[in-house]
Amino acid sequence: MEETKPRIAIHKFTSCDGCQLAFLHLGEDLLKLAEKVDIVHFVEMGPINPTAKVDVAYVEGSISTPEEAKRIREIRANSRYLVTIGACATAGGIQALRNFADTKSWMQAIYATPETISTLDTATAISNHVKVDYEIYGCPVNSQQVLASLLSLLQKVTPTARRDKVCLECKRLGYVCVMVAKGEPCMGPVTHTGCGALCPSLGRGCYACYGPAENINTDALTQWLSSLGLSDAEISRRFLFIQNSAPGFKEAGLKLKKKVP
Amino acid sequence: MSKLQKDLTIPIIARVEGEGALHLKIHEGKISQLELSIYEPPRLFEKFLEGRAPNEVIDAVARICGICPVAYQMSAVQAMEHIFEMPVTPWVHEMRRLFYCGEWMESHALHIHMLAAPDFLRYPSVIAMAKDHPEIVKRGMHLHGLGLMLMTLLGKRSVHPVGACVGGFYAAPKISAVQEVLAQFKKSLPLAQELVLWSASLPMAKVTQEFTSVCLRHPHEYPMNEGRIVSDRGLDIDISEFDNYLKESQVPYSTALQCHLQGKSYLVGPLARLNLNHHLLPPAVHDILKEAKISFPTQNMFHSVIARSVEIYYAMLEAIRIMENYVYTPTPHSPMTPRAGVGFGCTEAPRGLLWHRYEFNDEGLVASSRIVPPTSQNQARIEEDLWHSLMAFGLDHSDDDLRFHSEMVIRNYDPCISCSTHFLQLKIDRT
Repeated sequence: MEETKPRIAIHKFTSCDGCQLAFLHLGEDLLKLAEKVDIVHFVEMGPINPTAKVDVAYVEGSISTPEEAKRIREIRANSRYLVTIGACATAGGIQALRNFADTKSWMQAIYATPETISTLDTATAISNHVKVDYEIYGCPVNSQQVLASLLSLLQKVTPTARRDKVCLECKRLGYVCVMVAKGEPCMGPVTHTGCGALCPSLGRGCYACYGPAENINTDALTQWLSSLGLSDAEISRRFLFIQNSAPGFKEAGLKLKKKVP
Repeated sequence: MSKLQKDLTIPIIARVEGEGALHLKIHEGKISQLELSIYEPPRLFEKFLEGRAPNEVIDAVARICGICPVAYQMSAVQAMEHIFEMPVTPWVHEMRRLFYCGEWMESHALHIHMLAAPDFLRYPSVIAMAKDHPEIVKRGMHLHGLGLMLMTLLGKRSVHPVGACVGGFYAAPKISAVQEVLAQFKKSLPLAQELVLWSASLPMAKVTQEFTSVCLRHPHEYPMNEGRIVSDRGLDIDISEFDNYLKESQVPYSTALQCHLQGKSYLVGPLARLNLNHHLLPPAVHDILKEAKISFPTQNMFHSVIARSVEIYYAMLEAIRIMENYVYTPTPHSPMTPRAGVGFGCTEAPRGLLWHRYEFNDEGLVASSRIVPPTSQNQARIEEDLWHSLMAFGLDHSDDDLRFHSEMVIRNYDPCISCSTHFLQLKIDRT
């Protein structure tokens, strides 16, 4: 019966390896998962087969080199479903900040001989290059999100995601609003839920690592943050951070950046 | 500002996790060329940290490495507190140590069981190994889980934790939460003792080689968050003097910069730490070492896997000590007053010395930064070890055997490229 097991692959592009840990940090559940599915490619864990045909390919990281741009097309061709995990794969990640800068001058500042290193001027989301079937937000994603998506896809059901805001998560958990009660700048009103409102639970504002929620009003949040005394530059930096190139955040951040003298 | 940017012309890479390859040229039975290349795409962290505020830096640098985010946060916070002239309170000192214990356990247990043990016991992966040795793998995963638990206690999550800030932590854990973790640790302590004995019993070659160990040293603590940089060849410097002795350079075949100590390669990481600080370990650790018939210092590189197990056991003892003395505080961080200046941070990441330098401007924002991760420091040492180990192994072996042996040598350093050294593309030219 071995050959009837669904096949999955986990691929890495430009990233910190943190989202793959959603698998490696499963502990004994990883062994159970390996009984139910064939993990045919997962470099960090051992199996190597980058061009294998699979049912589900999980992709971590953004596209920042010519080699990566080519490799993702091969993976797409070999995968029934392609799922992106994390901020890098879904929106370019923190390294997409290079997209707003002169990458060549940055390379020169860091490397003595940048010409020996192959890199693109941009770091972009997987969906800029190939069709993506499902995207999981979050920097990092968590194991529950990833496993839930796998179980749905293997039943040929589109995974469902809650696209509401961290604000609602705080309400559900009964946390006192850090922005209203303490005047802490918080990105919760525009940020996708899924983390469990971790930062507000510590009394700090959300820094938007889970990316934009559905139907966000960035202008309203900008006004609110201004009223707390934040400058345009400070608000811009909050939008242009971990999820700087995600739709909604990018526009809001750049609009404010232009206003900075 | 432009003057500061000039300082950045000494090249560095932010992180080197990812993909690696080895190119070996064998000429008339001798190695004529050996190049370990890391081709992890550059992410240019040092550049986009510019213009960021202090607490943004802590959240940003975590993203350099998903496996050791605490290390990046701790080196950065130390550098910034140095610039802002903020003293570290005893409570914060202990909590940072506790946080770091969690990361050492998480990272070391992952490396020992997922990456190294399949080498020593000849399995392709931990999944295959678990079929024959389920109890060993489960023990490892349990200890790994305890590390995650500790990181989560202080950071709310283990990957890119959100608890640390300049001056300390955003919030202090509740006493009941600490007690729960403490109970788990006490119950599981024998597992860490078993792990040390098991790792010391792994089949490994008895080969020694010449190398210099470099790490932090503190007068009375096994090093994590503070100390001077020392070597077993007489180096003893303040962390601000790093640049005067340890030089980075770029090699054309790798995106990771190589680092040399006065022109020579050196070792950082658990084995270096044990070699230079074994006298600071508590008696319980010495007892288990005696039982395992292992003593440090040692020049056998394969003892690195034992060193990692010993550090897991030590981290558990240290975590228990800190949690037993835990007191709740309503002021878990001191107030911050950013100012202009230059500061340095150096802590012991699971893989070794992690050095940061920041310059802040008058607005309290980053003017420039430099980050030297452990793997770039170990890179020259790995090449030297490969040279030595492959000659000792015998170059007449098949390409497959040479590849396997090379991979094992490389993985032994737990480089951040360890994930891809499974995928070591070995190119051998025999002439």
